[in-house]
Amino acid sequence: MAAVSRIGSILVANRGEIARRVFRTCRDLGIATVAVFSDADADAPFAHEADGAVRLPGSAPADTYLRGDLILAAAARTGADAIHPGYGFLSEDASFARAVIAAGLTWIGPPPEAVEAMGSKLAAKELMAAAGVPVLAGGEVDPMTALSVAERIGYPVLVKASYGGGGRGMRIVRTEAELVEAVHGARREAEAAFGNGTVFLERYLDQPKHIEVQVFADDHDNVVALFERDCSLQRRHQKVIEEAPSPVVDAALRQRLCEASVAAARAVSYRGAGTVEFVVSADGEPAFLEMNTRLQVEHPVTEFITGLDLVALQIAVAQGDPLPAAALEPSMTGHAIEARLYAEDVPAGYLPATGTLARFDVPDGVRVDSAVETGSVIGTHYDAMLAKVIVHADTRAAASARLAEVLQRSRIHGVTTNRDLLVRVLRSPEWLAGEVDTGYLDRVDPAEIGAPLLADQRMHAIAAALAGAAARRAAASTQPGLPSGWRSVPSALQRTSYGELEVGYAFRRTGLVVQVGGEPVDVRLWSVTADRVDLEVDGVRRQVDVHQVGDTAYVDSPLGSSVLVETPRFPEPGTGAAAGSLAAPMPGTVVRVTAEVGAAVQAGDVLVVLEAMKMEHPVRAAVDGTVTEVRIESGSQVEAGAVLVVVA
Amino acid sequence: MPVLADRLDRRDPAYDANREAMLSLLADLETHLDAARGGGGPKYVERHRGRGKLLPRERIELLIDRDSAFLELSPLAAYGSSFPVGASTVTGIGVIEGVECMLIANDPTVRGGATNPMTAKKTGRAMEIARENRLPLVTLVESGGADLPTQAEIFIPGGGMFRNLTQFSAARIPTIALVFGNSTAGGAYVPGMCDHVVMVKERAKVFLGGPPLVKMATGEDSDDESLGGAEMHARTSGLADHLAEDELDAIRIGRSIVARLNWRKAGPGPSQPDDPPLHDEDELLAIASADLRVPFDPRDVLARVVDGSRFDEFKPLYGTSLVTGWASIHGYPVGILANARGVLFSEESEKAAQFIQLANSADTPLVFLQNTTGYMVGKEYEQNGIIKDGAKMINAVSNSTVPHLTLILGASYGAGHYGMCGRAYGPRFLFSWPNAKSAVMGPAQLAGVLSIVSRQSAEARGLPYDEEKDAQMRELVEAQIESESLALANSGRVYDDGIIDPRDTRTVLGLALSVVHTTEVRGARGFGVFRM
Repeated sequence: MAAVSRIGSILVANRGEIARRVFRTCRDLGIATVAVFSDADADAPFAHEADGAVRLPGSAPADTYLRGDLILAAAARTGADAIHPGYGFLSEDASFARAVIAAGLTWIGPPPEAVEAMGSKLAAKELMAAAGVPVLAGGEVDPMTALSVAERIGYPVLVKASYGGGGRGMRIVRTEAELVEAVHGARREAEAAFGNGTVFLERYLDQPKHIEVQVFADDHDNVVALFERDCSLQRRHQKVIEEAPSPVVDAALRQRLCEASVAAARAVSYRGAGTVEFVVSADGEPAFLEMNTRLQVEHPVTEFITGLDLVALQIAVAQGDPLPAAALEPSMTGHAIEARLYAEDVPAGYLPATGTLARFDVPDGVRVDSAVETGSVIGTHYDAMLAKVIVHADTRAAASARLAEVLQRSRIHGVTTNRDLLVRVLRSPEWLAGEVDTGYLDRVDPAEIGAPLLADQRMHAIAAALAGAAARRAAASTQPGLPSGWRSVPSALQRTSYGELEVGYAFRRTGLVVQVGGEPVDVRLWSVTADRVDLEVDGVRRQVDVHQVGDTAYVDSPLGSSVLVETPRFPEPGTGAAAGSLAAPMPGTVVRVTAEVGAAVQAGDVLVVLEAMKMEHPVRAAVDGTVTEVRIESGSQVEAGAVLVVVA
Repeated sequence: MPVLADRLDRRDPAYDANREAMLSLLADLETHLDAARGGGGPKYVERHRGRGKLLPRERIELLIDRDSAFLELSPLAAYGSSFPVGASTVTGIGVIEGVECMLIANDPTVRGGATNPMTAKKTGRAMEIARENRLPLVTLVESGGADLPTQAEIFIPGGGMFRNLTQFSAARIPTIALVFGNSTAGGAYVPGMCDHVVMVKERAKVFLGGPPLVKMATGEDSDDESLGGAEMHARTSGLADHLAEDELDAIRIGRSIVARLNWRKAGPGPSQPDDPPLHDEDELLAIASADLRVPFDPRDVLARVVDGSRFDEFKPLYGTSLVTGWASIHGYPVGILANARGVLFSEESEKAAQFIQLANSADTPLVFLQNTTGYMVGKEYEQNGIIKDGAKMINAVSNSTVPHLTLILGASYGAGHYGMCGRAYGPRFLFSWPNAKSAVMGPAQLAGVLSIVSRQSAEARGLPYDEEKDAQMRELVEAQIESESLALANSGRVYDDGIIDPRDTRTVLGLALSVVHTTEVRGARGFGVFRM
C-alpha cells in the first residue's frame, strides 16, 4: 500500500465520550481536532473541546451523524486530513469508508472489504470456520432437514431467522419433539416479519460468557492479539461492566482465543483495531460470534492492562506505520474493570432517564471517559451512556472494590443512573466469584439490584432539612443574624417533608430537637451550612453533603446517596392534571396513536405507543371511558410526565 | 474599642443562688405559657382540629418565612384576670416574604375566639406597635365577635379597632385579613376595613347579622352562605378579593399579597459588625440578684448582650449609679442607659439628660435597662434640686424621638420607672425579665409609709395606736403590693410586651431594633425647657 502522508488534523465523525477520547490522544500527538455536532449536541463538551467544530443541522442520527456527505463536507471545510469514525454510527459502513478514501482522506479504520466481509452474520461464520476459528455448529434448515442438522450439532438448539433480528422468529429448542413445530413457527414468523422464511439452527449455549479478543493489524503483515476482555455482564446485549483479563480464561484458553482471533483478522486482510467476539460455554468451549471492525467502547480495559494507547495505534497504523514493539510483543499487567454509567431508572425496569446533570463528579485517581460534565443536559436523542469509569489494580478483587468505592462516592445529581446497580454487582458474591454470565442481569429483579444503596434515608433527610434551613437563614435579608427559627414562645417544630419522610426540627436552648415522622431522633449538630452538615445521629458522627437544586436535595454521605424531593408547603394552584390524563411514563417518541377523540375505550386498551431506547412502551387506558383529548401525534417527542391522552 | 471583661465571680454563693432563683421563675413562667399555648384546652382543640382546621399558632407558623424568628407579644395577657391567659388571641411580629409584619390571630378554641376586654387590650397594643413601627398588619380572623357577657366593657371602646384599621390604611400601612371562619357582626368590619381580604371557601362567614338576627329584624329567611359565605363575597358582594380553596391556600395567598406590597424599610440597616458577645449568654441567669435589694452591675449584662461585648462608656466617672454608653446589637448602633445602683441622684439625672440629647443628635436609638428604686429622697437632695434634675431627665426622655427600647432587669419603682422610659413614656417595646417588679415604691416601703401616716394621724387625734393591727395591715399591704408588682401581674395587664428569658435578651433586642428601623430614625430637634 502506498505510503500515507502524516496526519495533521483528525475529524471525529462521532459524538460524546468517544469523540473526547480520540481528541485526548490527538492532543498528545500534536494533531489538530475537528468535531461535528448535531443541534442536540450543540452544548456538549466534545463540541467545545475540539479545535474546530462543524454543525450538522438537526438532531436525529439519520440527519446528522449518519450523513457521510455532510461529514466529508465538514472535513473539506476544516482541512481535516483524516477521519476517525469512533464506534457506532458510520464506523462499520464500508461505503462511507470508501467515500472517505475516495475523497483523498485517511480513513482511521479497517479496509472496507474487511468491514463488508464481517458484515453478514452467516457469511462471516463460514469464513471463520474455513479459517479454522471455532464457530457454533449449525446450518440453514427446512422442516425436512432440521432433525438431522439438530442431531449433528446437539441440543439445545436455537432456531433463528437468517435475514432478521430483534429476536423475531427465534426459538430455543431443548428436545427433538419440539423441533419440527418450532421450525414451522419460526419460518411463519420470519416470513411475516422479514418477507423471507429462511431459518437456520445454531447450537444454543445456556448461561454463556461473552469473551472478546482485541486484535490489531498493520500494513506490514503484523497481526497481534492484545488479549481478551470479558463482557459477560450485559443486559439485553447491552454491555454494562467489562474487564480484562477474564476471570474464566486460563493461559491455554487465552492462547487458543488469541490464535483464533489472529487467524480471523488474517482471513479478511485486516488492518487497524478490531474485536473478535466469542461465546464461551460453561465447560470452557469458545465459539466465534462476530467480528467488530472498529474500536470498542470497552477498549480502555485493554489499554490499562497492556499500557498501550489504542487510538494512538489506530492513527499510527492508518498512517502506514508498523505497530510498535510494545504492541507486537504485548504483556499484561494487573486487572482492569470498566463500568458504564447509563442514564436509566433501573428499579422502574431500566427506563431511560433524562434531565440536567446538576453535578457530575467522580473522585480523582480513576479513568473517566465521559460524554458529560456538570450542567450537561441528557436528552433522548442518543445512547444513554453518560460515562465509563475504569480502574486498574493488581488483582480483580482489588479492582472490583476500588471501582465500587469510587462509584459510590461519585456525585451524580440531576439524572437517575444505574450507579447503584453497578456498585451492587461489583460487590456481589456472583461477580466476585467470576460467575456472572450474559443472562445474569435478566434474571435478577431490577427493583432489588437497582435499589438505592442506602435503604434508611432518615439521616439524609435530617441533613437535607437542616441544610435547607441553613440556606434559608443565609439568604435572609431581614433579621439575618437572629437564631434559626427562634421563638419567644416555642410551640411547633419547623417542618420539611420529603414525600413520606417528614422531618421536624427546632434549635432549642438545650440543643437541636429532631423528629422524623413524629418520632424523636437522638441527634447532635456539630456544624451546618447550606451544603455540608456535620451531624451525629445515635452517637455516630458523619459528614453529609447536600446539594439543593430547586426542590430536590441530592444528599451524599459515606453511607450512600439519596435524592429527596421536597413536598411543597402549599398546594400550587392549577397544577393538578385533569382526571383520566394518561401521562408519558418516560421520555420518548410517539410511534403509534390508536386513541381517537370521541372513541369509547376500556381500561387496559392501548391508546398510544411510545418508543424509547429502542423499546416500545404501550400506554393503556386506566379506566373505561371516552377519549376527550389527544394531545400528541405519531412522531411527537414527549417528556416524561407529559399528558398524552385524556379519557373522561 | 473597649471590650467588657468577664468579671463574674462564680465562687460567690450569690452566683448559684441567683441562677437557681431565675430558673425557678422561668419554670413557673413556662407553666403559664403552657396554659396560653393550650388555647381553650384539649377538648376544644380536638374539636377544632376535627373540623380540619389549623390552630392559630399553626397558621402563623405556615404564614411566616421558614426558619425566621417570631416574637410573640403579650403571651400572658389576662394573667390574673377572670379571662383565660393569652386573651384568646396570638399576636406577634413575624417575617413574611422578607417583610416584618404584625400578626394578630384569633384563637377560636377559646370561647369561639370571642373578644373580651383583655383581648381588646392585647390586640390594641399589637396595633399600636404596628402603627408606631409601620408594620403591615395581617389579621387571621376566626372570632365569634364580642364576648357577650362582657359586652359592656367591649362595645364602646372596642369600636376603636375599626377606626384604627382604616387609619392604618390612610397612613399607607397595609392591612390584610385572612378570614378562616366566623367574622360576624362587628367582626365583619375587620375584613371590611382591611386593604386586602382573603376568605376560605365554605369556612369564612362574614355578615352583619346572622340568619336568626335577620329573621328577628326583618322576617327574612336566609342562610349563612347567602348572607356571608366566601363564594358570595368573592363573586357577588366583592368584599373578598381572593377566594381560597382551603386554609393552606389562604395562607399561600396571604404570603403572595405581602410579597407584592413592594415594602421597603424607611430606616437604615445594621451598620456595625454583628459578632456575638465574647461571654456566655447562659450566665445572664446568674447576674440579676435574687434579692432585689442587692444591686448588680449592668455591665455584666451588656458583656453578654452587645456585639463583641464592645461598650464605649460615656461619663464613667460621673453619676456612677447610672451607666451610659454606646454599643451595637445585631449591628444596630444604640445608646444604653442602665441603672447600676438603683438610686438616681442629681448627677445621674443630668448625665442621662445629656446622653439622651446626644443620642438624638446622632439619630441613635436608645436602650434602657431598668433596675431602679427611684430618685433619691431626703433633705439634702431636695434642697439640691433633685426634682429639677429628675425633671431634666424626664423632659429629655419624653421629648426624645429616637426609638426607645426598655427592658426591666429588676426593680422599677417610683419615678425611676418614668425617667428610665417606663410604659407611659412610650418605648417602642418594653420587656421584662421574670424577676422584674414594678410599683410606685417597694412593698415594705409602701407599707411602712402607710404605717407612719396612720400613726401620725392617730397621734394627731390623741388616739392610741394599735400595734397589732398595724403589723397585720403592713403584712397585708406588703403582700398585695408584692403580688401586684410582679412581672407576671404587669405582663397580665399588658403593661409590658412580654416576659423574656434573660438568655434571649440579645435576640429580643436585636429583633426589636430591626423592627424599629422600619420607620425613619430621626432624633428630636428640640426638647422642652430644661429647668436650670
